Amino acid sequence: MAYIELNNQLPGITGLLENRPDTGAPIRELTQILLRGESTLTELERELIATLVSYRNECRYCTSAHAATVRALGGTEDLLEKVFHDPGEAPVSEKMRALLAIAAKVQRLGKEVTASDIEKARASGASDIEIHDTVLIAALFCLYNRYVDGLGTYRPEDPAYYQRLASRLVTIGYSRPKDGLARKGEELYK
Amino acid sequence: MAYIDLQNDLPGIRGPMAYRPDTGRALNVLAELLLHDDANTLSRGERELIGAYVSSENDCFFCQNVHGALAQHYFGWDMPFLDSIKKDYLSAPIPDKLKSLLSIAGSVRKGGKYVTSEQIAHAKRLGATDREIHDTVLIAAAFCMFNRYVDGLNTWAPQDRQVYVDRASMRAKDGYADMNLYK
Repeated sequence: MAYIELNNQLPGITGLLENRPDTGAPIRELTQILLRGESTLTELERELIATLVSYRNECRYCTSAHAATVRALGGTEDLLEKVFHDPGEAPVSEKMRALLAIAAKVQRLGKEVTASDIEKARASGASDIEIHDTVLIAALFCLYNRYVDGLGTYRPEDPAYYQRLASRLVTIGYSRPKDGLARKGEELYK
Repeated sequence: MAYIDLQNDLPGIRGPMAYRPDTGRALNVLAELLLHDDANTLSRGERELIGAYVSSENDCFFCQNVHGALAQHYFGWDMPFLDSIKKDYLSAPIPDKLKSLLSIAGSVRKGGKYVTSEQIAHAKRLGATDREIHDTVLIAAAFCMFNRYVDGLNTWAPQDRQVYVDRASMRAKDGYADMNLYK
């Protein structure tokens, strides 16, 4: 159970965002813009950055959620395995490999990113806005992972939970459903 | 020099915020709620101190000076006193409850998993409410984002720390949500 009392029984980040809709709103908006907004990176590519950072932060809830989202967007087990364990060999574009390398540095600390990391990304075709968004997505998941684990939130074990969550993240995205989650969504999101 | 062309010369986080105003706006709304909104039983000074401490541990020069200067402003501290807290808050003459929250923030900085139920129980025994613990964790997590955004893009920061002290009263007055990034 979470370290603090929440106003709902929802797991992981969902419970936290519903518990505090005031701070939840800008966090959701930021995520919707970065992961679902207009971009020259695909949704799959952006979800891969989120998944890699969550994995490296050892946040099991976020890793399961975003890995399921990668699968729902057509990513394979092999892709996920390589991104987790051998990102240099991941079956993605050279540009994406360079961006994942930057995300992995950001996960450790902002200062770890070097001019040579940026040069590699640029040489493989990454634009300034792609580099910007990669850094901010990686930084945002350093927030999420700490929020979820730092408050000891409940993590479902059932893979079906993450499939349902992923399906919502693919079809609806990160904005809060207008009728809320806490009351109506128990069966959908539990 | 920033790693990408931000199309402005603004220091620290204001550079990328002006470069991408849609995400910048959301970041500032979050900062406003966490640090400046008065509907909170933690004082602005306490919340800014948590931000400054996490930024210091993350070695982010810009953020630790902006938010350290704000903590100084709200508490009426001088720079050496603020620095002594960043260096060793356990020995500093500040309330035990605030120390227990800084301890939680320090664990969040390392990674969410580092927070223990003992740390939470200790903070609660010293009077911390669930909401205060929530905000401490989210402020610490948010600064783990802000610091990485600022340093991951290699933004520039004024090196004279007095610059930050001189700007603190303006930021305290204007807040974050409707910040003029160019001022």
